[in-house]
Amino acid sequence: MKLDPKIPAGPLAEKWTNHKENMALVSPNNKRKFTILVVGTGLAGASAAASLAELGYNVHTFSILDSARRAHSIAAQGGINAAKNYQNDGDSVYRLFYDTIKGGDYRSREANVYRLAEVSNAIIDQAVAQGVPFGREYGGLLDNRSFGGAQVSRTFYSRGQTGQQLLLGAYQAMMKEVHSGKIKDHQRQEMLDLVLVDGVARGIITRDLVSGEIQKWYGDAVVLCTGGYGNVFYLSTNAKNCNVTAAWRCHKRGAAFANPCFVQIHPTCIPVSGDYQSKLTLMSESLRNDGRVWVPRKKGDKRSPNDIPEEERYYFLEERYPSFGNLVPRDVASRNAKLVTDEGLGVGETGLAVYLDFRDAIKRDGESVIRAKYGNLFDMYLNITDENPYELPMKIFPAVHYTMGGLWVDYNLMSNVPGLFVAGEANFSDHGANRLGASALMQGLSDGYFIIPYTVGDYLAGAKLPKVDTEHEAFSEAAEASKGQLDKLLAVKGKKTIIEFHRELGKILWDKVGITRSKEGLEEAIDEIRALRDQFWKDVRVPGDANYYNKYLEFANRLADYFELAELMALDAIDREESCGSHLRDEFQTEEGEAIRNDKEFAFVSAWEYLGVNGKLETKLHKESLIFEFVEMKQRSYK
Amino acid sequence: MSEMTIHLKIWRQKTNKDAGHFEDYTLPDVNEHMSFLEMLDVLNENLMKEGKDPVEFDHDCREGICGSCNMVINGRAHGPKLKTAACQLHMRTYNDGDTIVIEPPRAAAFPIIKDLVVDRSAFDRIIQAGGYVSVKTGAAPEANLIPVEQDTSNDSFDYATCIGCGACVAACPNSSASLFTGAKLSHLNRLPQGNPERAKRTVAMVQQMEEEGFGDCSNYAECEAVCPVGISISAIAEMRREYVKALF
Ligand SMILES: Cc1cc2nc3c(=O)[nH]c(=O)nc-3n(C[C@H](O)[C@H](O)[C@H](O)COP(=O)(O)OP(=O)(O)OC[C@H]3O[C@@H](n4cnc5c(N)ncnc54)[C@H](O)[C@@H]3O)c2cc1C
Ligand code: FES
Repeated sequence: MKLDPKIPAGPLAEKWTNHKENMALVSPNNKRKFTILVVGTGLAGASAAASLAELGYNVHTFSILDSARRAHSIAAQGGINAAKNYQNDGDSVYRLFYDTIKGGDYRSREANVYRLAEVSNAIIDQAVAQGVPFGREYGGLLDNRSFGGAQVSRTFYSRGQTGQQLLLGAYQAMMKEVHSGKIKDHQRQEMLDLVLVDGVARGIITRDLVSGEIQKWYGDAVVLCTGGYGNVFYLSTNAKNCNVTAAWRCHKRGAAFANPCFVQIHPTCIPVSGDYQSKLTLMSESLRNDGRVWVPRKKGDKRSPNDIPEEERYYFLEERYPSFGNLVPRDVASRNAKLVTDEGLGVGETGLAVYLDFRDAIKRDGESVIRAKYGNLFDMYLNITDENPYELPMKIFPAVHYTMGGLWVDYNLMSNVPGLFVAGEANFSDHGANRLGASALMQGLSDGYFIIPYTVGDYLAGAKLPKVDTEHEAFSEAAEASKGQLDKLLAVKGKKTIIEFHRELGKILWDKVGITRSKEGLEEAIDEIRALRDQFWKDVRVPGDANYYNKYLEFANRLADYFELAELMALDAIDREESCGSHLRDEFQTEEGEAIRNDKEFAFVSAWEYLGVNGKLETKLHKESLIFEFVEMKQRSYK
Repeated sequence: MSEMTIHLKIWRQKTNKDAGHFEDYTLPDVNEHMSFLEMLDVLNENLMKEGKDPVEFDHDCREGICGSCNMVINGRAHGPKLKTAACQLHMRTYNDGDTIVIEPPRAAAFPIIKDLVVDRSAFDRIIQAGGYVSVKTGAAPEANLIPVEQDTSNDSFDYATCIGCGACVAACPNSSASLFTGAKLSHLNRLPQGNPERAKRTVAMVQQMEEEGFGDCSNYAECEAVCPVGISISAIAEMRREYVKALF
């Protein structure tokens, strides 16, 4: 396997411009001869599909849900970053780049992250022109809020529904191209395999989720925008249909999987309430602008939080990190919440929660100001927990939220499989070991609107693509394999349900591949994952059959992939003998629990090659060295 | 924490071609903190253990934002709670021994796929007809060159929060999609960005809505009452005004 990141030469600030100027172009007449398959229609997929179609390519789009407007991106709450410097507070492209590299704990590529910061402003322009109703000031100009890991205010927002509004913008742009005939949209179609002809991505296999029919699609390039794999933990803030299947099947066909152990655990989510829990709800990071995080100083203090006097409250983030306070990055906030609950200071029935308190903000600004900023989040909290956050502090706890890892891509967002591009959360590209808040929306839209349309064109202009169609044997082989796996799942006819297996897998990961990890725990996790995987294939009960709408068959098929991915995550976490960003190894931390990074030995991207599963996952590690030419790697400090 | 016994009557229909019917189920240990969909998850776990087909229903975000869920609960789209999608409903709303009837939203334009799952692609086609601003990627001017009055922006946002679930159609005696269509028009038409295509957009979307087989609006206002995000029926009045203006 060859991993060439293809980073253009030249000064950081000129790389992307120079690269674009040197790209080969496809003439307008030739564009219509190319077919591009865009899989997944969240922010990354919808924006890529619309932009490619506008250029004149024939685009097919695929997604699991019944409309592109429902993709998981819709749930993003807090906002999207851009380096506009509208607040005149010293922001710049360089500062956004620097914060993102630092936030990611120096485990991402400089060139990619710089480009992300560079195109961020164009995203805001595009969204505003589409009619995305961002929050505005009295004068009618755009407003900003602050997010973690930054000391400037650069986050654009639409109340607590920023993802919804941005996705609707991209979805509408996509619908415009469906109307023009350039996009053929196939919803309720799940990608089950990638088809390679002579080592080049030339098509995909899907299952029509309504009829159950297995279908074959050819294309000149495949753009995978299928999102993250947080649901491997079963409980996460991700939507129920988020999954790793498309990415994993590409991995099995040769695409390297990068940094699988980098999983973001978000500090502010509503805690688990019972064993029927099906997902966790995020309370946006923006709440940490005004909410203060604390626990009682005394263990087992059962008083109502409002009766606990100021001096008996432990504002642990403010005390430990005076300069960033409650706005430390997510990994730091989550780890500290775990530390205080491990010490027995947690609150609530389970002791697995900390307070997020708005008392002082309400006193300072008045309830109406707080309501205007966060009203819908407060309502959501009240609705779920039956407690009023205007009167009592919220109870929050960390939950799995986002995956920085994903398919390996080069600077052009192409995987090591020629013709397979990967965008959005599905790739590993920009966030290193930890993503800053409001940067996923930025990355998804940057990839989709402003990078993929260029780099796919450059690829098509230069690629030698012999004519193939779905009659080619590679298509029937892949289709048979997809069908075979579904039949195999249905044939087990065991006793344990899919959800029971998934919960167990999730618990192993949460306990041993979660907020903190140790060699010993990871090794146990691997044994447990293997044993459970064996049991899954012997004892799972999948209802119904494959010839009609069958959601649990979809879930079972995705769980089969999670069982393999889980092992890779643990292997990756064992291999990385350092702590960085979201990855905290017990063995590599200071006495105060701060991460110790090892830049000498671990300043690389782990890219794993799939070799097979035979009781255990056979895999091979490749390393892409991270070379820092423009920033100095420093120990992150938010003190 | 109290546990309740809940009786369920659920619409079962294997495919679009099969006839459907209600089936009865009883769940003996429903926890009040469960969400409504978690209650259905538990039912499905039980059914699968008995070797039966689980109940299919659309869901994804379970946070009231994606618009996937849209079941009709005791005759009301999304159930009894005001401005609350079915996925945000909690079992504490119900009492021990209650019977809950669950069925798909019924409308000619939303054919049933299986059990509670329906085909809502008609909504996508209404948007395709004109629910956008025609701005190509890269053609946008600097964002702050388009100032928008704060009130206008806020109003626009209120209409833009429609989640496209289809509850409005399910609740309407005429199965009209006027609230859905009106909300998109009210979002875009009042913004300076949306102004150039205003007339064209209005006519195209209204015509598509009719073509899809949705009924007319006779001002029952049931749609507004069930809307999980509280889209105001003023969207429909605006749509009518804009439509008349666009035609003449
Ligand atoms: C609750 C929540 C709040 C968030 N808030 C913020 C925020 O404020 N700011 C921020 O920057 N980020 C936020 N994020 C993160 C951000 O929303 C996501 O990272 C981002 O939206 C991912 O976009 P995407 O396009 O890559 O993937 P997604 O939106 O997940 O889309 C994936 C698409 O792929 C399809 N798909 C998946 N598998 C297949 C398959 N096998 N075949 C066919 N189709 C498939 C799906 O149907 C869907 O269309 C938040 C995340 C969560 C969970
Ligand atoms: S599941 Fe998303 S709105 Fe109910």
